[in-house]
Amino acid sequence: MLPNLSGPQTLGKGPLFWVLFFAAVIAAAGVPLFASSFAVSNFSYFLVWTFMAMGLSLMWGYAGILSFGQTAFFGLAGYAYGVISINWGDAHGLTWAALLASLTLPVILASVLGYLIFYGGIREVFVGIVTLSVTLVFETFMAQTAGPEWTIGEARLNGFNGMSGMPALTINFHSGDLIFDGSPFYWLLLALVVLAYLGLRVLVNSRFGNVLVAIRENPERAEMLGYNIRFYQLIVFTIGGFFAGLSGAFYTLWGSYITPSSMGLNAAALPIIWVAAGGRTDITAVLVSTIALTWVSQQLAIYGSQYALVLMGIVLLLVVLFAPNGFVVSVWRSLSKRSFVREAADPVRKFTSAAD
Amino acid sequence: MDFLYYAYAAFYQFADAFSFLVLSGIGLAVIFGMMGVINLAHGEFIMCGAYVTVLSARAGLPLPFAMVCGTLSSGLVGLVLERLIIRRLYQRLFDSIVATWAISIIATQGMLIVAGPSLEGIKTPFGSFELGGISFSVYRAMLPAVALLLLGALYWLFVRTRFGIHSRAAMQDADMAKALGVSTNAIYSKTFGLGAALAGLTGALYAPTMTAVPTMGSAFIVQSFVTVVVSGADVMLGLAPSAAALGLIQALLTGFHGQLIGQIGLLVTVILVVRIMPTGISGFFLRGSGSK
Repeated sequence: MLPNLSGPQTLGKGPLFWVLFFAAVIAAAGVPLFASSFAVSNFSYFLVWTFMAMGLSLMWGYAGILSFGQTAFFGLAGYAYGVISINWGDAHGLTWAALLASLTLPVILASVLGYLIFYGGIREVFVGIVTLSVTLVFETFMAQTAGPEWTIGEARLNGFNGMSGMPALTINFHSGDLIFDGSPFYWLLLALVVLAYLGLRVLVNSRFGNVLVAIRENPERAEMLGYNIRFYQLIVFTIGGFFAGLSGAFYTLWGSYITPSSMGLNAAALPIIWVAAGGRTDITAVLVSTIALTWVSQQLAIYGSQYALVLMGIVLLLVVLFAPNGFVVSVWRSLSKRSFVREAADPVRKFTSAAD
Repeated sequence: MDFLYYAYAAFYQFADAFSFLVLSGIGLAVIFGMMGVINLAHGEFIMCGAYVTVLSARAGLPLPFAMVCGTLSSGLVGLVLERLIIRRLYQRLFDSIVATWAISIIATQGMLIVAGPSLEGIKTPFGSFELGGISFSVYRAMLPAVALLLLGALYWLFVRTRFGIHSRAAMQDADMAKALGVSTNAIYSKTFGLGAALAGLTGALYAPTMTAVPTMGSAFIVQSFVTVVVSGADVMLGLAPSAAALGLIQALLTGFHGQLIGQIGLLVTVILVVRIMPTGISGFFLRGSGSK
């Protein structure tokens, strides 16, 4: 297990990298000790999105599957947590059961949709078109649920204005409830992000990850070598859907609301922007760029979300035109060329970057 | 007589859906067929056409001239963007699609900043007529004819003109066409401009029937994807049957179950069609005939 934390498919290895990594995690964990509760809430907000971005990085950067509609899974899980938790309430630890239940739905949707896509022979750009269409139709559907007939149990879907008022994650002790909001929520999220990050590093450096890269580089060749590429693609698509769902459920938990526009065209573009800007072929780069860009967006959103979106569009355009491997990955490589960051010469990396 | 009225009403629904699908997909289809690029800024070219039409009509230009202005300005923007951005990405399909998405976001949100959330609209011309107690808009009843006319014009362009022959050659085998002295870059550039202009025309045609807002492109985008995916790469062959089949499905589902089910029906149809005919209707027609 452990050796797989570093390998040919991830940037960053050696003691210096891991020392920096642990320093970053400890610094992040210490934030609630001296920052205001408003700042902690903002930090939670940045972390919420990283799951969806890392999942897309796995799909697009490692397996070559570009999905334009990860927000479909995001929205499904977000709404599912809302509906289920409002119905089940926050007693007896049922909020955790609601969280688990809301995460199974995107997994089911992703595996069914992935089956139709990959076993149905939908390829390349059409995967993006189908997934984008799914999320847009999903948005249209949720936006028209304003009427009182759109009620599931006690939960009103509430149309364009979105749902609100779902309970936070709660552990019920005899002495009283431990409610996961503010700092506990942030620590929980941080732990999950670290877990997801390390888990994905192990995954992409394992045999499975090597097969994914082989499929990305040349699907026909991988198939000729005997790999069932559809099965691999389906698994990756499902994992990506799960991660997007994780972001969605925690987004609902974070603000205790979810709206249809979280599945719209603009929302769907954001994960693509974060992943492209960081460098889709590396989990670390995507993690860094997602946090940085959501922070920038939030700073600009004070003036209106349109300014933040215009900037994100410009970032995407610049990255595609001038740094197709992503800003973070490009900077990292130029640093490691100057042997500032220790990284061994790596034939696989060289090959893939030449092929980009 | 009543039966005839209902038959006409049903036909009107179908024709309306057909023309919407043809018009929303046509610009996208031209670009996709030629370059393989799904232009995600397609909706924003439609928005551009609609905005210019509305603004110039309100400035006093007669509506047909305003529509020409809308079409031309959108085409011009397309040409400029192709020269500045898309041309640099020809060898990188995914990147060029992602770049069009970036353009789309910048255009929508930039328009929101510059021109505000909505524009005072223009009146739908020609009024309405009534059959058996049901009222129909004359203007919308004319749009299917416009859609058919446009398909005819494109057929003429691609089959009868020098540009058309060159572009079909480039589509079939770009390297061979290049070897025979066709400048494929010039063809791509013109095609992108043409696709943008057609999207602008769509915007111009629908401008009198809907409110011009920066996000109006998204009203067309799902329909345009669906039409083009079902149609496949060959616009001439695939677009009309694809729009006819989808229009029928949409009109039936919308008539019986409402608009939303109509849209979901379209989506399910697409997934099924791609399952059976991965290259769309045109690919299905061409299968076995030896050509690509």
